Parts: sequence; structure tokens; C-alpha cells
Amino acid sequence: MSELKTTPEVCGMGHSMKRKEDARFLRGQGKYTDDVVLPGMLHMDIVRSPYAYAKIKSINTDAAMAIPGVHAVITGDVLKQYNLHWMPTLMSDTQMVLPTDTVMYQSQEVAAVIADDRYIAADAVEAVEVEYEPMQAVVDPFKSMQSDAPVLRTDKEGKTDNHIWHWETGDKDSTEKAFQNADVVVKENVYLPRIHVASIETCGCVASFEPAEGKLTVYMTTQAPHAIRTVVALVAGHVGLSEEKIRIISPDIGGGFGGKVPVYPGYVIAIAASVVIGKPVKWVEDRSENLQADSFARDYHMSVELASSSSGKMEALRIKTVADHGYTDAAANPSKYPAGMFSICTGSYDIKNAFTEMDAYYTNKPPGGVAYRCSFRVTEAIHAIERIVDVLAQKLDRDPADLRMQNFIQPEAFPYQSALGWEYDSGDYPRALKLAMDTIGYDDLRKEQAEKRAKGELMGIGLSTFTEVVGAGPSKDFDILGIKMFDSCELRIHPTGKAIARFGTKSQGQGHETTYAQILAEELGIPAAHIQIEEGDTDTAPYGLGTYASRSTPTAGAAAAKAAHKVRDKARKIAAHLLEVSEEDLEWEVGKFYVKGSPEQSKTIQDIAFAAYTNHPQGLEAGLEATHYYDPPNLTFPFGSYICVVDIDPKTAEIKVRRFVAIDDCGNIINPMIVEGQIHGGLTQGLAPAMYEELIYDEDGNILNGNFMDYLLPTAVETPNWETDRTVTPSPHHPLGAKGVAESPTVGAPPAIANAVVDALSHLGVENMDIPITPYKVWQVLKEKGAVA
Amino acid sequence: MSKHTVSIDINGTTVTKEVDSRMLLVHFIREELQMTGTHIGCDTSSCGACTILMNGRSVKSCTLYTVQANGKSVKTIEGMEEGGALHPLQEGFHEEHGLQCGFCTPGMIMRAAELLEKNPNPSEEEIRWGISGNLCRCTGYVNIVKAIQYAAEKMQKEAA
Repeated sequence: MSELKTTPEVCGMGHSMKRKEDARFLRGQGKYTDDVVLPGMLHMDIVRSPYAYAKIKSINTDAAMAIPGVHAVITGDVLKQYNLHWMPTLMSDTQMVLPTDTVMYQSQEVAAVIADDRYIAADAVEAVEVEYEPMQAVVDPFKSMQSDAPVLRTDKEGKTDNHIWHWETGDKDSTEKAFQNADVVVKENVYLPRIHVASIETCGCVASFEPAEGKLTVYMTTQAPHAIRTVVALVAGHVGLSEEKIRIISPDIGGGFGGKVPVYPGYVIAIAASVVIGKPVKWVEDRSENLQADSFARDYHMSVELASSSSGKMEALRIKTVADHGYTDAAANPSKYPAGMFSICTGSYDIKNAFTEMDAYYTNKPPGGVAYRCSFRVTEAIHAIERIVDVLAQKLDRDPADLRMQNFIQPEAFPYQSALGWEYDSGDYPRALKLAMDTIGYDDLRKEQAEKRAKGELMGIGLSTFTEVVGAGPSKDFDILGIKMFDSCELRIHPTGKAIARFGTKSQGQGHETTYAQILAEELGIPAAHIQIEEGDTDTAPYGLGTYASRSTPTAGAAAAKAAHKVRDKARKIAAHLLEVSEEDLEWEVGKFYVKGSPEQSKTIQDIAFAAYTNHPQGLEAGLEATHYYDPPNLTFPFGSYICVVDIDPKTAEIKVRRFVAIDDCGNIINPMIVEGQIHGGLTQGLAPAMYEELIYDEDGNILNGNFMDYLLPTAVETPNWETDRTVTPSPHHPLGAKGVAESPTVGAPPAIANAVVDALSHLGVENMDIPITPYKVWQVLKEKGAVA
Repeated sequence: MSKHTVSIDINGTTVTKEVDSRMLLVHFIREELQMTGTHIGCDTSSCGACTILMNGRSVKSCTLYTVQANGKSVKTIEGMEEGGALHPLQEGFHEEHGLQCGFCTPGMIMRAAELLEKNPNPSEEEIRWGISGNLCRCTGYVNIVKAIQYAAEKMQKEAA
């Protein structure tokens, strides 16, 4: 967006407005779930399995119940009386709330204690005696797929193997033919390990059932409160919880990143406990529980092949993936897309033939497959293509930037139909890459690299030129449990010209209270400072599918614009009445209607709002408000070009990110300050899995790093000073030309870093390294190649 | 469970209460005093969301017992505003967009308060090492560093 349409006082789109929500957070007055205290509230704590796979022979709760202050110990057998011991996952698989006979992963919930305070609850957890009969866990999906592997999901009648689903897309035959006829074929096995979003606030809830009214209120850490309400009604309708009596409140959330989309057993147990006991029950997990039992991300084993002509024209892409989902498929993808938007894997390149297939398996690990600040498996897809493009460049002895330029989808080709079925809305990939190369001084870096290499120094330059796909999504293809993935805005203009707007989404730090107000300010001319934004209370907000997968701006942001347009349509009628002209004689300019050819005759939106309540035309309803449910016509396709420079100490193998330039294009921008902040955070969550994070299990299914002392999040010391810039290619179908941004950098950064490290080692014959790329891994490679003693 | 009477100066007001010997200081602050600006993120003193000042030193209140604060002065995020004016650090975090979800923010600010007390004009490197015991998952630290630089500059001007 080049020019601002509004003044700093109005603060519409394009202004770096300081955030409205900061006022409470800066003073320690944010209200997060664990800050909620209700009269008579009890505390819940959970007994968890020490084994990854075991029969439960007995659970003795006598000693726990004997502790003063303990109200109840809830087991699977208790829930079974209400048929609440199992629940559906968002992928229509099934998951235990509490087990009656078998535990399927380490740290699985086994029983829950309800007590007067958290200390007594913790004592009682220790006092619950569980007798287990351990069984040999199946941890590796390649073992799980063997015909002689034990069948893990014996709860599923007739199940004879551990296979969950097969998914494929693309033209298998034409792809096969293109591979047969290709001059050059490269192939790599690329693994994206299991990681965890690890938001600094863990998950939890306060469930409060009021027996007299039969009303359930749940304060919970959820990114999708409306969907949760419907799920609770569907799962617990048979015990009398009817949807109009369920209120989900998502208060301030301390980071989500996808980990607060699923329904975890702890929520359900707390709700059940509150209903049974008739008092509010608080459950907040600790960090170990969060890392060890909540949904993981990634865990894709990909076999990636790329075919090209000898001149470097990419002809065909083929990817075969094994997905480890743990003991149940508890991902949070749209129903028709069990592997999310993995089919974006042709990336930014014009590849005419592509085929991808995937098989998902059960193992004795925690369930999941959710996002880690990534929209539906895009990170996995982009890592595969961006790595294999570098492998091809190495094979052809071509510069990786040059090879990318040759194969980009060209700006005039948009809207572009990809081989795997997407219609990319807009893009200008060469411009973004050129800006990145100019910013970082690419040619000089290559010269420096050659000089250093001659001296035995290790320096690498890595590129990633990715395309994202966000904004799910159009109702013809996108739903979760059948609920279409629209989103909503309900807008009310007050008599004094101020406004309140409520949304079906839920911010977890993205700054919606500021950016949504700016969208409405842009469309109505009411100062953003005078527009109150609310989300997260299902009793007051319009229905929506929530905030994840960078969907809020593409869906709810568009709904805000559309609701404002409806308000403007009515405002025009009122203005015509006030000015005694016909509607057609009026022109809109930000904040007012004026008479064509006579601009001194005008009515501001504030004049019109007052008249809507004090002097509305006869025959027109009083008031000035509108609701819009926005069903996007297409997804949006943000993109970017990243270049990373690393230096590796040849003796210690320490990897230092010297520079990282990120050029992002997310279409028109609502608030540049917030967009840049989102990119900083996303890049850091790209750095994290590229160099530090992985959930590690031993062969018995024991987690080896299930706490923050062992699971390494980058600190300010490891995180480089990100250099960001942008190009702007508006989305042609979004009312604001915006695309969504928060996840692009998490998608784009890991391959840039991996490519840089591999580039530093390529002259030694290194073609691929799996992330996280640690100094130890690099040292092993150096040793193997004889580069260190 | 044995009980102890503790007397602690919290943000300038002395509080005297009877507590269990095992009650963690963070729970005392959050649950006994209902001051919920101090957060819990990890239980292993790794994340710093619970950072407060005790006798002027930044400490992680999730790994201290309440009884260890007996007779000492404690400052939390709720005590940073003075006379209705934001502390320069609070102002800096707002101006430089140094916070997103806000969960790590109170701990970051309390840690930075001691950092600037000891080193009023820190380099970027010193700031990064200085806050390396506090994790943020949202911001990538770039703007947190800028926020602390903003506060350092303002506090130096005020002191001059």
C-alpha cells in the first residue's frame, strides 16, 4: 500500500498504530485463564502414565481419597458411567478422555484428582496407586507399518494394522512419464522431526457448572471458542449439556501457535468434574505435561524427487511421505485435507507434473499433528521443495538463486493453476528475490565464500523462496467437523459515533484489538481509538472458526470490511434523508457522505450515527449495525524470499547465523509495525526447529527432553537481529487486498537455514542435513568427511 | 504441614500472613495476594515469566518458597507504575512493540529493571545476554531489545 487514505487521528490501514491491548498487559492486568478465580473453586491435577504402552491392572484411589481436602478421584470407569471416557478428535478419529484398560503413550492421563487447592491435589496424585502391565511400545512408524507389528488400536473393531489413512493427489502417470524422460533426477529423504509449539502459557481451563440453571461456563485456553462450544454440545449432549447452556470464554491467551486448537482430555475431565461436583474446577497443566502430552507438530518422513532438463527446467516433482500421528489422529486440518495443504509442495515454481502421496500410521506416542505456527502442513511441503531445489542446483552446478529465477511462476501467469490443484491468487517472485539479493549483497557474499573456502573456512549462503497458502477457507472445500470455515464480524455504531465490533476469531497476541479497529476505521472513518473490539465469548460474539493458520485477516478481516460496507449502505440512506437529496446524489469519502458537485453539503459518519437513533427516516429501521459472515472465494497466497548467511567454526562446529534477510509479501498491510513484529516472531519459530527443537523419544517411548531444561527454545542470545523488508502484491479477491502473514516466516526460515549450512559443507560432498542442525550433527559430518581429526 | 508467619514488603506495603512452609512465592503473590501479573510458564526456572525483584535483585519466584521472602521487599509488575505514570520500561515495550501475547512481558520488564539498575547503558549484546533467562515465543526478541534500549535512554536523560 503506497498511500494512506486516513489521517493519524483516524488511523486506518497502513498506520503503525500502537497497540490498544498493551495497556493491560504492560501493567500485569491481562486476564489469562489461570488468573480466573471463582467462588468455591476446586483444583484438578492429573495422574499420568509412566509407560508408553501398558495394560492398567488396577487403580486404587483409597489413599488419595483419605487425604483431607480431596473431593474426588475421577477415573475412566467413572467417566464410562456417563459414556464420556472417549471423545472424537477434530479429524474424526477417537481419543480416550481417561483409559479404562490401556494406556497408549507416556504421560497419558490416567486419573484426575479434585481437591481444595493445587498442593493437596498434587499430594493426592502421588497417592493414587496404579498397577500397570507394561507392553513393548511401537515408537517408529516404519516398524508400525510392518505386517508383524502389534495392532495398537485394538479398540477399533476389525482393525488389523496400524495404518490410519492414505492420501494422494496429482497425476501419477504423467509424473512417472516425466521422470522417465528427464535428463536429471535428484532424490533426498527429508525428515521434519516432532516438535512442540510450547507457548509460554500452558493449557488449562476453569469449568463452572451451575446446577440450578444447568448452565456451563468454561474459561479456557482455546483459539476456537465457538467450535469448542459445538463440540462440547455434541460430545456431552446426552448428559444434558445443551448448546444454549454452554458458554465458552477464551480470555487473554499467552500464545497459541496451533497448540490451543485441539480439545485435550484435561478440559473434558474438568468439565465433567464440575458437572458431577457442582462447583467450579480449575485445571492448568505444568510445562512437563504441556510438552509431553499436548499435541505435537510435524513428524513427517518425506522422500522427495525432482526431475529437470539438463538446462535446469524443472519438469516433475514427486513426494512420498510417512506421517507419524502417535496413538490417534488428533490433527486439526480441514476435513477434506487429512494432510492439510501439503499439496502446496510445488512451491513458487512452474512445475507441470506433480504427484504426492502419504500414509499415516499409529505409534505409541502422544496424539496430534497440529500446527506449529504453520497453516496445515505447509512448512513440511515447503521444506521439501526448497531443500530439493538446492540439491538440484548442486547436481547441475548452478547457483541456487539463478536456478530459482529460471523456474519461478512469472508475474503475468497469475492467477496460476498449480499442478496439484491450487489457484494462486497473485505474486511477483522475481521481484522479491531480487530485493533480497540486493539487500544482502548476494554476489559479494558468493565471492567472499569462494575466498574463505580456499582458506579452509566454512561459510554458507542459503535461500528460501517460498509460497504460503492461508485463509481457510472457501466453504465448498473447507470445514472442520462439518462446520464451514467462514468467519464473522458484528458491528454496532453507537449514537455518539463510536463503535463496538465482535468477531468469531480470537487473538493470542496478534493484536486484533488494534488491527480490526484499523480496518473499520479505514472503511468508516471512525477513529480506530473509538472502536472497541471483542472476541472470545461465545455468548456475545458471532459464530466463527477461530484464529489459526493465518486465517484471521483473510476471513474475519474481510468480514469487518463487508460489515462496514453494509453500515455504509444504510448510512447513505440516512445521509440522503438528512441532506434531502437522493441516495444516488451522494459520494462517500472517508468519514462522510457529500453531495456530488457540492462538497460543502455533507454529513459525517458521526452525524449519521446520531441521526440513526434520533432522526431516522420513516420506513427505515432505527439503529446502525450490521453483521457479516465472510465466505472467502479463494485462499490467499503470501510469499517471500529469504537469504541466510552462516559461519561455521571448523573446529567446534558451532553455527553462527551472521545475517538473515527476510522479504515478505502479504499483500496490503493493515499495520506495518504489527506485521513486522509477526515476522520477527515467525522467523524465530523458524530458527527454533532449524537449529534447536526436537521432541526425542527412546525405543520404549520414553520422552528424553520433556521440560524446558532439555527442550531448547531460542533465547535472545541465539536469535539473530532479523533484517526485514517487503514487497506488496495485493490479493485480487480479498476486499482489502490483504493476505495474512504470521506464519510465512515459520514456513520460509527453516529451509533457508538448512540450505545455508548444507551450502557451507557442500564442497565436502554434503547434499542434505535434517533439522535441527546442531553443532554436534555438523561435527559428525565434518568427522565423517575427514575435515576434522 | 507446618505454618509460618511471614512479613513481606510487597510494592511498598507490608503484608503479614500465615503460609504453609511449602508454598511457592509465585503462588503466594498470585493466589494469596491476587496479584496475577506475575506468570507461571515452566516450573523449572527456565522461562522467567515469574521474574520479580526481591531486595532489588531479579529472581524467579516459581523456585522460591514464600518463607524465603520473609522480611524482604518484593517488587512485581504491579509496582512499576509511579503516580499513574508508566515506568520507562513499560513505556518502551509499548512504543517499540516489545510485546505480543503479553505473557512473558511482566517477567521481562522486571528482569530488565535490574539489568538497567546495574548497567544503565548496556550494549545490545549485554541486553541480549541480560535477558537470556527469559523466554519469549512471540516477538523474536528484536523489539524487546529495542524497548530496553528505549528505557535506558529515557532513564539516563531523566537522571541527567
